[in-house]
Amino acid sequence: MSDVAVTPAAVRRPDGVWARLRRRKLALFGMAIVVLMVGSAILAPWIAPYDPFEQHFEGLSLYGEPLPPGGDFLLGTDLLGRDLLSRLLYGARTSLIIGVVANGIALVIGTLIGLVAGFFRGWIGSVLMRFTDLMMAFPALLLAICLAAIFQPSLWIVAFVIAMVNWVQTARVIYTETTALTERDFIAAERTLGASTPRIVFKHILPHLIPMIVVWGTLGISTTVLLEATLSYLGVGVQPPTPSWGNIIFENQTYFQSAPWLVFFPGAAIVVLALAFNLVGDALRDVLDPTLRGSN
Amino acid sequence: MTAEAVMPDVAQVTDGAETVLSVRGLHVAARGEGGPVPLVKGIGFDVRRGETLAIAGESGSGKSITSLSIMGLLPPPGVSVTGGEIRLGDQVLTGLSDAGLRRVRGNRIAMIFQEPMTSLNPVMTVGNQVIEAIRAHTPMSRKAAKAQALQALKAVRLSEPARRMVQYPHELSGGMRQRVMIAMALALKPEVLIADEPTTALDVTVQREVLELLRDLQRTQGTAILLITHDMGVVAEYADRVVIMRQGQVVEEGDTRRIFQAPREQYTRDLLASVPRMGTGGEAVARTTAPVVAELRDVQVRFDIRGGVLNRVTHRVHAVEGVSLDIRGGETFSLVGESGCGKSTIARAIVGLVPHEGLINVAGQRVGLMTAEARRRLSAATQIVFQDPMAALDPRMTVGEQIAEPLLIHGDGDAASRRARAGELMERVGLTTAQLDNYPHEFSGGQRQRICIARALALTPKLIIADESVSALDVSVQARVLDLLRTLKDEMGIAMLFISHDMAVVENISDRVAVMHLGQIVETGSRAQVFGDPRHPYTRRLMSAVPVPDPDHVRAAELRMTGDVPNPVHPVGAEVRRHHMVEVTPGHFVAGVM
Repeated sequence: MSDVAVTPAAVRRPDGVWARLRRRKLALFGMAIVVLMVGSAILAPWIAPYDPFEQHFEGLSLYGEPLPPGGDFLLGTDLLGRDLLSRLLYGARTSLIIGVVANGIALVIGTLIGLVAGFFRGWIGSVLMRFTDLMMAFPALLLAICLAAIFQPSLWIVAFVIAMVNWVQTARVIYTETTALTERDFIAAERTLGASTPRIVFKHILPHLIPMIVVWGTLGISTTVLLEATLSYLGVGVQPPTPSWGNIIFENQTYFQSAPWLVFFPGAAIVVLALAFNLVGDALRDVLDPTLRGSN
Repeated sequence: MTAEAVMPDVAQVTDGAETVLSVRGLHVAARGEGGPVPLVKGIGFDVRRGETLAIAGESGSGKSITSLSIMGLLPPPGVSVTGGEIRLGDQVLTGLSDAGLRRVRGNRIAMIFQEPMTSLNPVMTVGNQVIEAIRAHTPMSRKAAKAQALQALKAVRLSEPARRMVQYPHELSGGMRQRVMIAMALALKPEVLIADEPTTALDVTVQREVLELLRDLQRTQGTAILLITHDMGVVAEYADRVVIMRQGQVVEEGDTRRIFQAPREQYTRDLLASVPRMGTGGEAVARTTAPVVAELRDVQVRFDIRGGVLNRVTHRVHAVEGVSLDIRGGETFSLVGESGCGKSTIARAIVGLVPHEGLINVAGQRVGLMTAEARRRLSAATQIVFQDPMAALDPRMTVGEQIAEPLLIHGDGDAASRRARAGELMERVGLTTAQLDNYPHEFSGGQRQRICIARALALTPKLIIADESVSALDVSVQARVLDLLRTLKDEMGIAMLFISHDMAVVENISDRVAVMHLGQIVETGSRAQVFGDPRHPYTRRLMSAVPVPDPDHVRAAELRMTGDVPNPVHPVGAEVRRHHMVEVTPGHFVAGVM
């Protein structure tokens, strides 16, 4: 019945984040896929079998149909007789930049706005959250089209536009979570210790938001990649003939029944990318949570 | 009550009443990583018709797990009964299907839980919930069920039962909600009622009313009650027999009077010894003449309640209303009162967490609109230890970092010296330097509270505020933490503002006491004055409501309160009548008007 004698945890120095991450097979698998995709995007000019823009004469059947996978063109060809594999490899560059950079910017903006609004509340919080509501109520696609119309479409502008549209949900979720955290006793305890506001926000509130940020970050990857595709389809995204996974799907979707591979392969690429980030994200979330330390 | 044949396999001496519920060799285990973890290890007991059997024990003793296994409510799939037999009358409950158990639950065994708010459906009226409970088990018309529900609410002495029927749970006070739970549980006249810490979340005066209600209902209906509690005072006053549990095993079982007068096991003796007892205030202690550390003058804290279409402030909660007090160096000043009396609000006002009107001075530092520098000076002078240590520690930071954090914030020393100081503080509160790198969840409740105390001591403050700091701890742990606070205070000369609802604990630790009611102090004086000679009726009521851990204690008869509890919410602009304090003996002030 002594509260002193009971020592539930043996004395042990915690392993580093990397060491703990390495013990998780699924996380390693996810990381391998991410590395593979990034690597093939960078090395696309060297590993792609054909020029992604070249319309091969032999890439179409005698009736002008795209070729199915196999033969000279490993994943088949598209409607214009271009090699699908090469287009996918080059498209990875666009899609990764959108999925990682645009999504990353959206995440940072959303987290900051939600955090500040949730922590300070009052008029600052009201202004920020009403602005968020406004953005949410405004059709994202319309906004993206407006923004893209103002700026000259280029890959980075598209990334920026997508970030501007996608931070809203993150901000809302982070806001709710932050208001709840701010009410907790340990934040009151920090205040009575004389801790400064930045210290409370970044040392004591932000770490608790990691699980939420990870979940929204991984969910955002597939949404942003597809949003880019939508924008391309509407002519305000990445300009053709530059390939991206999204616009490959959209270019070919009308022929889905006769040439399903044209939609299947880029679709699969997006799914695998999102899945890989999901695996890494989940593992990272658990590894960064000290309350799960020791459990596997 | 019919005295039928005693069941032959019961070895104990019975007074002739039949055994309703019998538990034999019950084993419960939870699925763990390295095989099943036993939670309850082969316990057995009998409950007879019309008696109250208490299962007492500290947290982790398996008492709640036992009650849940009787109800068949163990959380699936992790926890399950792995052996033994639970028998209700002649029906074996262990191994019964879910459907079979459902017929038994509510009909023959009912249960009430600790927190009535979470056990009631917040979006259903009280009446509908009682009606639903009745109709779920006995097919009858809605009209008949409604009449029976009203009858049940009347039976639990709820004021204005007809109005309560159409109210929602949040419109009722905690005590009233627990009465509704009891009404639902008893509406079907079950053979056994399991009450799992039924009054732990309630104020002491309400606790008494609820427990007496249970006892009265038991007498009229002959229900057997299985009372799960950690409070030995409650056991002494309301149980006929008691089973003391520890770490999933029965330590001792017997007649309540026998257990209290002649405990056989060492654990029972320790447990009983650590229960704080009320006395008569002890000897008069000379009032310290040390300089005043904290000075409160006419402090007022109000919270706005907005309502109406325009969301304007319509009412205000007068949480603290004109409180003045002095705390001198090295003394322990206690604020005692029931929930909602404003005692915690005062604590939060002193450390600057809630804005106030009036004057608060701590160590020469005026609390109020402060610059960052003044705020830091204040935090060096006064520290607060909260009720729930798990909530008060950041779960994502090691305890070493957290204890050293105040030093870091105030720019004391370098990383190495801060860590060394954190280690010293850990040892000072009875933990080890080796545990600095552990996280809060790796400690027990009592250890966590020690860590909070260590963190509060890091800046060597002049005043420590202990806001219900021991209320969430087991009695034995509570006694140790109180000892620690006492020694630290004596050795370091720190003044302490001790805030509690527990009269017995307050009497044991304080030098001076102030009793609060609805935001105002109604009586204040030295411990000997307040406890030895309580003058205000509210003080007396509080003291007499505390359960006494002595089965032979005869309680004075008292008027029962069934009506609404007065509350400190007033419309905007309403003036609250302030108490006029009269000095009855030097240093002993009592409110003149109530």
